Amino acid sequence: MKFGVVTFPGSNCDQDMIYTLETSLGQQVERLWHKDTDLKGVDFVVLPGGFSYGDYLRSGAIAKYSPIMKEVIAHGQKGGYVMGICNGFQILCESPLLDGALLHNDTQKFICKNVFLRPKSRTAAISKGLEAGKAVKIPIAHGEGRFYAPEDMMKEIYQNDQVLFQYCDEEGNVNDRTNPNGSLDNIAGITNKGKNIFGMMPHPERAADANLGNTDGKLLFDSILNNI
Amino acid sequence: MENNTQELATVDQAVELGLLPEEFELIKEILGRTPNFTETSIYSVMWSEHCSYKNSIKWLKTLPKDGPHMLVKAGEENAGLVDIGEGMGCVFKIESHNHPSAIEPYQGAATGVGGINRDIFTMGARPIAQLNSLRFGEIDKDKTKWLVKGVVKGIGDYGNSFGVPIIGGEVFFDKCYNTNPLVNAFSAGILEGEMISATSSGPGNPVYIVGSATGKDGIAGAAFASKDITEESADDLPSVQVGDPFQEKLLLEATLELGKTDAVVGMQDMGAAGITCSSCEMSAAGGVGMDIDLSKVPTRQKNMKDWEILLSESQERMLVVIEKGKEKIVEDIFEKWDLHAEEIGVVTEGGTINYFMHGEKVASVPAESLVLGGGAPVYDREYSEPAYYQEFKKFDINSIEEPADLKEVAVSLLKNPNIASKRWVYEQYDSMVGTRTMTTNSPSDAGIANIKDTNRALAMTVDCNSRYVNADPEIGTQIAVSEAARNIVVSGGIPSAVTNCLNFGNPYNPECYWQFVGAIKGMSAACLKFGTPVTGGNVSFYNQTVMDGKEEPVFPTPTIGMIGVVEDKSKIMTLDFKSKGDLIFILGDSHDDISSSEYLVSYHGVNESPAPFFDLEKEFALQEIMKGLIDKQLVNAAHDCADGGLFITLMEMAMYNNLGFDIVTDAEIREDAFLFGEAQSRIVVGVNEDQEDDFIDFMFEQGVNYTLLGHVTKGKVCVDDDQFGFVNELKDIYDNALGQKLS
Repeated sequence: MKFGVVTFPGSNCDQDMIYTLETSLGQQVERLWHKDTDLKGVDFVVLPGGFSYGDYLRSGAIAKYSPIMKEVIAHGQKGGYVMGICNGFQILCESPLLDGALLHNDTQKFICKNVFLRPKSRTAAISKGLEAGKAVKIPIAHGEGRFYAPEDMMKEIYQNDQVLFQYCDEEGNVNDRTNPNGSLDNIAGITNKGKNIFGMMPHPERAADANLGNTDGKLLFDSILNNI
Repeated sequence: MENNTQELATVDQAVELGLLPEEFELIKEILGRTPNFTETSIYSVMWSEHCSYKNSIKWLKTLPKDGPHMLVKAGEENAGLVDIGEGMGCVFKIESHNHPSAIEPYQGAATGVGGINRDIFTMGARPIAQLNSLRFGEIDKDKTKWLVKGVVKGIGDYGNSFGVPIIGGEVFFDKCYNTNPLVNAFSAGILEGEMISATSSGPGNPVYIVGSATGKDGIAGAAFASKDITEESADDLPSVQVGDPFQEKLLLEATLELGKTDAVVGMQDMGAAGITCSSCEMSAAGGVGMDIDLSKVPTRQKNMKDWEILLSESQERMLVVIEKGKEKIVEDIFEKWDLHAEEIGVVTEGGTINYFMHGEKVASVPAESLVLGGGAPVYDREYSEPAYYQEFKKFDINSIEEPADLKEVAVSLLKNPNIASKRWVYEQYDSMVGTRTMTTNSPSDAGIANIKDTNRALAMTVDCNSRYVNADPEIGTQIAVSEAARNIVVSGGIPSAVTNCLNFGNPYNPECYWQFVGAIKGMSAACLKFGTPVTGGNVSFYNQTVMDGKEEPVFPTPTIGMIGVVEDKSKIMTLDFKSKGDLIFILGDSHDDISSSEYLVSYHGVNESPAPFFDLEKEFALQEIMKGLIDKQLVNAAHDCADGGLFITLMEMAMYNNLGFDIVTDAEIREDAFLFGEAQSRIVVGVNEDQEDDFIDFMFEQGVNYTLLGHVTKGKVCVDDDQFGFVNELKDIYDNALGQKLS
């Protein structure tokens, strides 16, 4: 499988993602520039974290108009794999390949810290390889990560098993105390109905190198590689 | 200020711009004529304290500058550059942004972050980690809370977007900073290829301005930073620059891409004094001149005056000299990143800089006459020992009654904002972007950044206990350097080099200057001892307020930024206790000393005491032994004794893994001094029971005292069989105190 990582102006986790995919996971990675108009034959597109276009209007709102996004949207709509991490997730919700929106954290502050995630969807490639009910430690770093969707949309999200991860504690308990940003139902990541598009606020690429003392993020990438 | 900028300036105008009357005379002598208003403006910023170091350079030159790892001479480039092995260099520097942060904390701090990072990448290095050192007034004051929130958000918003992690730092509160907070930002980058020098050369080569357009923000910020903060300072608000981290990120990528080509002759970022400073310094460094057409500079407003363009401190700009014929390379790269790249001038022979506006020459100045090391004035300031210095030394520990309840003291220290967890601050910073931060999941005394694809890592720290420096500038600064080195050594690194940020009061006040001179002497002695040359940094004077006719300076605060190299990543030492039953030893001597401790100041309210016990030779010996213990892998945790004393050190080691400790004190030393005194040169280590014999065998042969304090427990905190509580309840106090204070 060939991955493609898109660099928007203001992306700052693009190199981290490339390093993780290439060095920690031994995958082939194509560098995609936001002005590109084709996906160079990649199977799996990654929209990395950062502050695309400075996030000045609203996170992800301007990036969706980049030339490459036309291709990414077409790829996703055809069933091709797309993953958005943090700012990438925000772009996917804006585009809108994914449901819902990401609002300012309820603390009104940027938050960077390790959190625990409980995998939920048993049908999406990124979460189904993880041990059910067992928490994984993955860091977050965002100011606008509070997942929100209207009630009818939420109903569909649940009916289709679209919730990928929920913020929890070390033991896997999901409750208000383990919700770092006020996300609806502690939702940290979702997928689309077709289960080919994944979005999540936490950064698995920051937890995939033994030098950093946490390799839980690798479990997510392994799940993708084993289930696609 | 409405002026015909071509009219000859008067001495009154010069004084209004911040020059001294005798400096105006000197300018006339240099030029052989009376300067016009624009030229006078140029001299006023270039000869401001901020750019010229006129009142500090004499003493700065006495700092140790040579070391085996130095790749550029101190002060010659925008930042220091040292060899860290495997063909890589580390570019690093610390800089203050105190004055802007005092009146506009958000933008003041944000642009401080922007400025220090430009100093790193203008040399061709990619910044990989940042630290910052912040000082504020009393935390209960509303103004302090406003400053803390603004500064932290400013640093976070800029750094998070720019995408360089903040991996450590310090935050300190004291009433001396009520009006003058200190915001010192440090950045370190890795240079893999050739360094880009801030030197212009080759007459005929084109000169480009790249990055953001030039606006009216930050005009004469350097002159502003060279004054006291007064009630009228808010009127200087246009002197504060406005930051745009998105532009900075683009500029970073474009600059590094440009650095990989052979098109660049020299480059300098625009910080203080904008186009003026970058054009003059680059020209003076290369012994050439420039013709600059200011009307070609992209501006944000229409009808900007020549002097406004010259002095604007708009952020995210660089001046670049390109090899003639390679203009297209630059233009293509900047086009790719959607940034301005305008040719505004040409390098000339002869060393004169001519500035033109719409075809008319508006200023003509010899570059050399404007810069530090050239024609900028150098002053020899007088200094005298203030009376308080001897008064503080009269302090006697016996005048302080030992509290009956030391548990209560312990809790008061755990929630003291100078000791409590800084989580409220650092969680607002992206500490992990770049996937290099090794101290996220395994904490050490220094911040550690992985150097990917090598066996090495870079350790870094910023340290200064300004209360000690106030009590004794020379010893206090030796302690600051020693603590920095100790933090590096305890983390498994070898101290390499220093950058300093010297925050003081008015240099024209002999007692303030005495503090400055003492600090320099102390820094020299300690840096020589540890073999850590001073590569550069910055000086910030006038951190004071005049109240009722009396100058109220901040504590003298010579912040030390130090980097060290970890040669073997597998030997990084962490500070957390590993498991129940591990033995706890203290290395170094305990003393009946509570001088200048947080305990003495905050619990007893005594502000007058000397610096704590310190001996440079003993400190050095201790650090050498620590290196040996780490190298031989005889300890499994190490943490230096610093603010709050031994008890706080033990708590910090215990809390990370929710463990406790059971220790005994020394009968010959007052229990409060043993637990909360801040005598220097002490390190606490954890030793696995199985390694006790090897540890003792090793220590037996060394000339440093070591004492078994006790052992790690499952969670109970016990001193001399007296229960101090359980770790989780103490941790709760420690973790949340700062956030509660600020809310």
